Amino acid sequence: MTTLKSESVPLQSSSDVVSLRQKVRAWTSELKFSLVDQTKMITASSELARNAVGHGGGGVCLMEIVTNGSRDGLRLTFEDHGPGIPDIQQALKDGYSTAGGMGLGLSGSKRLVNEFQIASKPGEGTKVTVIRWK
Amino acid sequence: MSKLADVLQKNESELLNDWIGEQVASGRRRDLISDTELRSQSGELLHSIGEAARSGNVTDISRSEWSGVRERLSEISSARAKQGFNSSETATFVFSLKQPVFKRLRSELGKDPDALFAEVWNASTLIDKLGLVTTDAFLKAKEQLISKQAEEMLELSTPVVKLWQGIVAIPLIGTLDSNRTQIVMESLLSTIVATNSKIAIIDITGVPAVDTLVAQHLLKTITAAKLMGAECILSGIRPQIAQTIVHLGINLTDVITKASLADALALALQKTGRTVVKTDRANQKSDDKSAADNKDNAEKKGA
Amino acid sequence: MERIPILRMGNFLLVTIQVDMHDQLALTLQDDLTSAISKNSARGVLIDISSLEIVDSFIGRMLANISAMARILDSQTVLVGMQPAVAITLVELGMAMPGVRTALNVEAGMELLRELVSANRLETGDDDSEV
Repeated sequence: MTTLKSESVPLQSSSDVVSLRQKVRAWTSELKFSLVDQTKMITASSELARNAVGHGGGGVCLMEIVTNGSRDGLRLTFEDHGPGIPDIQQALKDGYSTAGGMGLGLSGSKRLVNEFQIASKPGEGTKVTVIRWK
Repeated sequence: MSKLADVLQKNESELLNDWIGEQVASGRRRDLISDTELRSQSGELLHSIGEAARSGNVTDISRSEWSGVRERLSEISSARAKQGFNSSETATFVFSLKQPVFKRLRSELGKDPDALFAEVWNASTLIDKLGLVTTDAFLKAKEQLISKQAEEMLELSTPVVKLWQGIVAIPLIGTLDSNRTQIVMESLLSTIVATNSKIAIIDITGVPAVDTLVAQHLLKTITAAKLMGAECILSGIRPQIAQTIVHLGINLTDVITKASLADALALALQKTGRTVVKTDRANQKSDDKSAADNKDNAEKKGA
Repeated sequence: MERIPILRMGNFLLVTIQVDMHDQLALTLQDDLTSAISKNSARGVLIDISSLEIVDSFIGRMLANISAMARILDSQTVLVGMQPAVAITLVELGMAMPGVRTALNVEAGMELLRELVSANRLETGDDDSEV
């Protein structure tokens, strides 16, 4: 996979979440994604960004336009150095958590993208990578 | 300069005539392309091949000197694909250049067998490579044509029709795959908004089979419509499909289903506050007016 | 501080969400609406989201919360104008938003609100005729 364009977006506050949404909209629009695909990707980025800010204590999102030779796509990598997720399988199950927590954010985002990868170590942080292909 | 380039340059117009001769001999499709067009295409191609050869490189056609030739070949090939030529006919267009070129080479280098062999080999390899470029471009063009046709068929087979004020229907025909169902979903939802329809009837009389994935997609569509403020009625479920649905454990309890599109329409009319009144045939003319009045009144009451 | 304006239409409140809301703005709206319902004894709330291009789980939860809070305050809520792409995404996200009434547009929404409010009135035996 080759990266054609990349930008790093800080995620420290809820207004950063809004900025990221707008950036993802601009990039998916540039890639000429369909309206529904744009909406899905922007919504997924909003969920994951919110997780990074709310649970991860702030983080960063690396936006990349990638190509695998035949298709172009948008790859977003969310990284934070927060408390991490102790049980990823549990977190990926649908449902609200009582602490008003991630709820559908993680599992929901997974359904909105084509590729989804997550790595997390309690005490070290979380990294989520998603790709939506055109 | 390679002898090949020399030969191409010196005898261009004779080569062209010979080449056209070869093409005609191998069966040219007068119904698909005119003589003048063929001549001008061949002439331009031959000229650009000659120019490219003059660069000194007659072996590596991926280099920039040959980009003009490659582009021209791609264009010709794509056009042939769209015009209805098959792949051999298109490739023969290029390969038939061999004979004329070999003839010229022999007359120039006949006395020097080693040089002749080398140049014939170069020429042959070159024309083979050009032939491959042509075939690749042809295939690509054909693939694009097929996918475009598939797209058009997809659009044609998922029309959303307005049955009445505020009621739309989407009669699905054929097999539903993931891709198609997505298009159906988006089409239905945007039509609901555009026509201000409170009720959408999804009729699957024409759908031979439903699997879990298709059922899930349909359910998602129905849920999305509900979120937007419209209600869906599923109609035309064949007995076999009803069985499949139960066997697969798909939950349709939140979905209104009707056996036929007619039943679904009747329900939709009722839900939107309308009644259908039967008129007495014998007094058709005078009753037409009163039936029309009744209809208006009923609509005013309920709509 | 920026706020989303809440309009009064007789017994009803009308809110049009047009901006991409950050979390704080959404929470402020929640507060403002519940106060307004109480202050005006509003019987119905119409929330117009026809300009909202993105509704993620946070916004979705907020809208569901507003509906629930309004009900506790004896007010009906109708959400109108959800865009198809938003609806498709919410379904994929898994947000069911149960208990939230929806309508295609403001006109249909007002009609539904009137129906809901008068049905509610019949139950409670209210004699407030201004709608």
